[in-house]
Amino acid sequence: MSKARLSPLRSGFVHLALAGYTVVALFPVVLTILNSLKDKNAIFRTPLALPTAETFSLIGYTTVLKQGDFVGYFQNSLIVTVISIFFALLFGAMAAFALSEYRFRGNMLMGLYLAIGIMIPIRLGTVAILQGMVAAGLVNTLTALILVYTAQGLPLAIFILSEFMRTVSDDLKNAGRIDGLSEYAIFFRLVLPLVRPAMATVAVFTMIPIWNDLWFPLILAPGEATKTVTLGSQVFIGQFVTNWNAVLAALSLAIFPVLVLYVIFSRQLIRGITAGAVK
Amino acid sequence: MPDEGRAIENKGHPVGSLQLKSIRKAFGNHEVLKGIDLEVKDGEFVIFVGPSGCGKSTLLRVIAGLEDATSGSVQIDGQEVINTPPAKRGIAMVFQSYALYPHLTVKDNMGLGLKQMGAPKAEVDAKVGKASAMLSLEPYLARRPAELSGGQRQRVAIGRAIVREPKLFLFDEPLSNLDAALRVNTRLEIARLHRSLKATMIYVTHDQVEAMTLADKIVVLNAGQIEQIGSPMELYNKPANTFVAGFIGSPQMNFIEAGRLGDKDAKTVGIRPEHITLSRESGDWKGKVIHVEHLGADTILYLETEVTGLLTVRLFGEHRYAVDDVVYSTPDKAAMHRFGADDRVLR
Repeated sequence: MSKARLSPLRSGFVHLALAGYTVVALFPVVLTILNSLKDKNAIFRTPLALPTAETFSLIGYTTVLKQGDFVGYFQNSLIVTVISIFFALLFGAMAAFALSEYRFRGNMLMGLYLAIGIMIPIRLGTVAILQGMVAAGLVNTLTALILVYTAQGLPLAIFILSEFMRTVSDDLKNAGRIDGLSEYAIFFRLVLPLVRPAMATVAVFTMIPIWNDLWFPLILAPGEATKTVTLGSQVFIGQFVTNWNAVLAALSLAIFPVLVLYVIFSRQLIRGITAGAVK
Repeated sequence: MPDEGRAIENKGHPVGSLQLKSIRKAFGNHEVLKGIDLEVKDGEFVIFVGPSGCGKSTLLRVIAGLEDATSGSVQIDGQEVINTPPAKRGIAMVFQSYALYPHLTVKDNMGLGLKQMGAPKAEVDAKVGKASAMLSLEPYLARRPAELSGGQRQRVAIGRAIVREPKLFLFDEPLSNLDAALRVNTRLEIARLHRSLKATMIYVTHDQVEAMTLADKIVVLNAGQIEQIGSPMELYNKPANTFVAGFIGSPQMNFIEAGRLGDKDAKTVGIRPEHITLSRESGDWKGKVIHVEHLGADTILYLETEVTGLLTVRLFGEHRYAVDDVVYSTPDKAAMHRFGADDRVLR
């Protein structure tokens, strides 16, 4: 931003506010990681203190890695999240392309119908979904989770992507048609690269609820082989005794994959959120 | 290929004719094209001109196959193409927004069409090389569109069209995104291109100067109908109706109520600003100068005369008239156009 429009004082306030927000946002994360590195007494006596030589302990991590198949849980979470994002983006983008590109009867209604999913939580259909999965023999499989999460991710993906696809120039698509590109080639080779920032935005918004979800893994895939990280961590939370070291360690570990995915998408994400704001 | 024989005669570039028969196009209940009939001969440069919303771009899209006509027939080189996809019609199109593929280099942008048709790489390279030489684009072949200026982008878009060696070139307002100086240059380039390729070109614009300077034949469209077809000078000298008379020529033709001039048969009389002479002493219509525009080569005067009301007069060269001067204007009777009650010309 130009110096002429931003005095040092105002810029200072802006940075102060941003720094404040950063502290608020990071506090629980830092607290979790700090305490996961302490022994049990230190967690309760001095929850805000840094781990010292006496209080430092990796007991939480060793418990987590020993008890149950935590690597397996991680793998399950990653498989479910990545595949669900992939399908939600693929089918969402395809539906968005059809809605924004082609004139057909019921286009508006179809768009509205697909957007309604944003307002109605998929959990309302849990009983029917469970019955369906039982009938299809998909209970205790990752496929069940992937199907549900793909469906859950689609409405937002379609809503955001169709808005972005409307901004892709018609001339460009028509030039492709004249050059003999098929509609699929136009979609994959011309349109998708241009809406990449929007795809990243959708990916992040879709990813976080899937990664953190406890509900569907608990109902559809509670078996040992299909447990996700969130569900796996629950073994340490008992009705009467909770192994806080282990819970905090599990949570700390669970943060990292999300963080990595976020860093991958974030450069695109910022462009996606600000696109349309300028120009 | 059936075009082979003729293609050799034309230095390797095929040409084609175009025939439109009663083309209609409606979006819902709104009829955009109301029955268009048109014949374009081999090698002609035809320009569709008209105000915005007259359907000229839609007509071009129907010819290209990007828009389906509601009814009617489109024939390219005598072949019905109404059910042929755009890529197989033997056309190439240049868009107003350039529409270059942002992720491809200039070279790949120009070669994509041929590559899609399955042409061997050597042939694609040769044709891209030839087209880029023609448009002096060689230094930019490895760049991406984002690294080019507007004029260069439009030249790449034109190059992309040349590489396809189409029977028909379609231009959709190709100059309207360029600034004035560049517009003149690119206009010359297109005219030169038409001469050297001898290709059939169809060009859409709302700018009558472009139309007058480039066209062999101008098609004036208004509200989804053809108002008149003719050479630029035919349209200028013999406009068929008040719409064409007012649209072609700048500044606009003066329209005077015929009754004021004592003409009982006509409804309107038109006289172009350049067909009026001025004098300080005597003349047909006495009036007062209300505004003067000095353009150097021309002087444009706006008069309020007793007989005609507001009158625009264009004098060649510099003239020292000032606001509120009393002047007498005399029209060139031979250059007057008389229009009847239906706005059509009376001959």
